[in-house]
Amino acid sequence: MELLLFYSLFNGVIIGIFYAMMALGLSLILGLNGVINFAHGTFMALGGYLAFTIEPYVGFWGSLFLAPLLAVVFGIATERLLIRPLYGRDPLFSLLLTFGLAMIMEDLIRTIWGAVGVPFAIPGYLNAPLSNSMFFLTGYRIALILITVLVAGALFAALRYSRIGIRIRAGNADLETISSLGVNILFLRAANFGIGIYLAGIAGILAAGQLGLSPSIGASLIMPAFVAIIVGGVGSLAGSVLGGLIIGIASGVTAAFFPAAQEVVIYVIMAIVLIVRPRGLLGQEGLFE
Amino acid sequence: MNTATDTTAVSMPARRTIGGREIAAVLIWLGLLLAPLWLPALGGYMNLASRVLIYAMVATGLNLLLGYTGGLSFGHAAYFGLGAYGTGLFLIHVSNSLPLAILAGTLLGGLAGILVGPMVMRRKGIYFSMITIAFGQMFYFIAVRWNSLTGGEDGLTGFSRVPLHFGSTTVDLGATNFYYLVLGLFALVMLIVWQILRSPMGHTFVATRENPMRLRFLGVAVDRQIWAAFAISTFIAALAGSLNALLTSFASPDNLGWQLSGSFVVICVLGGMRSFWGPFLGAIIYVAAQDYLSSATQNWMTFIGLIFVLAVLFFPDGLLGFLKGRTRS
Repeated sequence: MELLLFYSLFNGVIIGIFYAMMALGLSLILGLNGVINFAHGTFMALGGYLAFTIEPYVGFWGSLFLAPLLAVVFGIATERLLIRPLYGRDPLFSLLLTFGLAMIMEDLIRTIWGAVGVPFAIPGYLNAPLSNSMFFLTGYRIALILITVLVAGALFAALRYSRIGIRIRAGNADLETISSLGVNILFLRAANFGIGIYLAGIAGILAAGQLGLSPSIGASLIMPAFVAIIVGGVGSLAGSVLGGLIIGIASGVTAAFFPAAQEVVIYVIMAIVLIVRPRGLLGQEGLFE
Repeated sequence: MNTATDTTAVSMPARRTIGGREIAAVLIWLGLLLAPLWLPALGGYMNLASRVLIYAMVATGLNLLLGYTGGLSFGHAAYFGLGAYGTGLFLIHVSNSLPLAILAGTLLGGLAGILVGPMVMRRKGIYFSMITIAFGQMFYFIAVRWNSLTGGEDGLTGFSRVPLHFGSTTVDLGATNFYYLVLGLFALVMLIVWQILRSPMGHTFVATRENPMRLRFLGVAVDRQIWAAFAISTFIAALAGSLNALLTSFASPDNLGWQLSGSFVVICVLGGMRSFWGPFLGAIIYVAAQDYLSSATQNWMTFIGLIFVLAVLFFPDGLLGFLKGRTRS
């Protein structure tokens, strides 16, 4: 019983990490770019599939490094060509555009890599369980947690200490002011979009090793990421991470004890949060009200 | 938050003369009434026409919220789907009466909308969209996972259109008769929405979109306006969903999915969110394109996605807005 509980908790943490990574990137883009990137999930899938394609040449670690960067190149091109014309317009339009983009990208992924999922090989030494009783504690899962902690830590440090990070935060607070102070807003927004896509790409590769790759993997992770933002509180990056972990754990535990409700439970949590604390756990008051 | 400043959306004070607008409306209704005569000549079929009207119904209702009140709902398929499941389940488990089944579906979806409303009404802009999408997904997963009741991923089957009884006469609902049933309800919905838009309530909806703060100073509970618009549009979506289930004798989880929600929004945008007939026009384009593409190419999703992208980039005011010669701000 304890083992089952621990097992489901741990599973929940792993799922929660994916939700949190997705929510973190979405939240960044929502903040500075003012766009809900509906295509975020497909960018994540793209990261995973690119890694799958280049892995035979550069190995697992090489693909973990390179594939997100390739996804970022694609993401920044998208931002330049399609999203930039929509800044300052009704947010409905960017939402519709990324929505259409998500459909196109998912369809292209299906066309290029096939509708059936593909296996993504992870190094053998990572795949073995670390102990016999705790069969679910594989090296890969530990590595996955370490990598995401590292990436998220680096992101928060960069936002706090680096020049561009400080500008991103300042832009979140008051875009007009930093623009008049001479900061190139267009560059900043493009960079910010790129960072968000980078997070999605990393999540895509890690998810590929854990869950396998299928064209719809992005679509299946984007909705929980929305919920993570709503639960954690819009406007708070830490909140997005917290929200992701909470709904991930809730989903993992429910999957063990009442499998039919494993998806519904996160929406129930969202409804409860919206009733009890409408701005979310760590959300700023008055935002989007 | 809206860049558009025009408020021509709501009807002008009554004009005595008969203008182009009235003539166009008469022509549209005549065309719809006579559809069985001319549609087959164009290569269409009656079920396609029914589907156009059903989608136009949802989009017109949604546009009350989206275009007039300014609430960017992205989850309306949920209520459409609830209407479909409500009707199907009613026909299977409760009674064989078609009008009651339609009523049951409409009430199920509409009541769900009334319940969800308070949780979304305080939010604005994209955040409103995000919450409405998420709630839509909740209903989707309930439908997928509640296997014993809903048939899960395979959808709900085992019901079909039963004949209508008027006293001693019985009307079989073939494709054409069913089209007229849908047309009648479509006309009813259009009349209701038209009356709402002309009423003080409709003007308050538009004011909610244009200047909520001022409205608040005037003592109007803005949240409740959004709730009302949301609830009305979900009732209409549920009615349309119910008819859709009868059209296909099938209710599928896709009826509640986010892709369909997005389609309803893009239908509004395609036709023109600021016009009464815009969603109807959008529905014609969208349903016809989808019908053609899904038989012509495997990659129809790419083309539907392209419709989204192109509509946003080149026709942000919709086709009607474009035809009226409005320039982009």
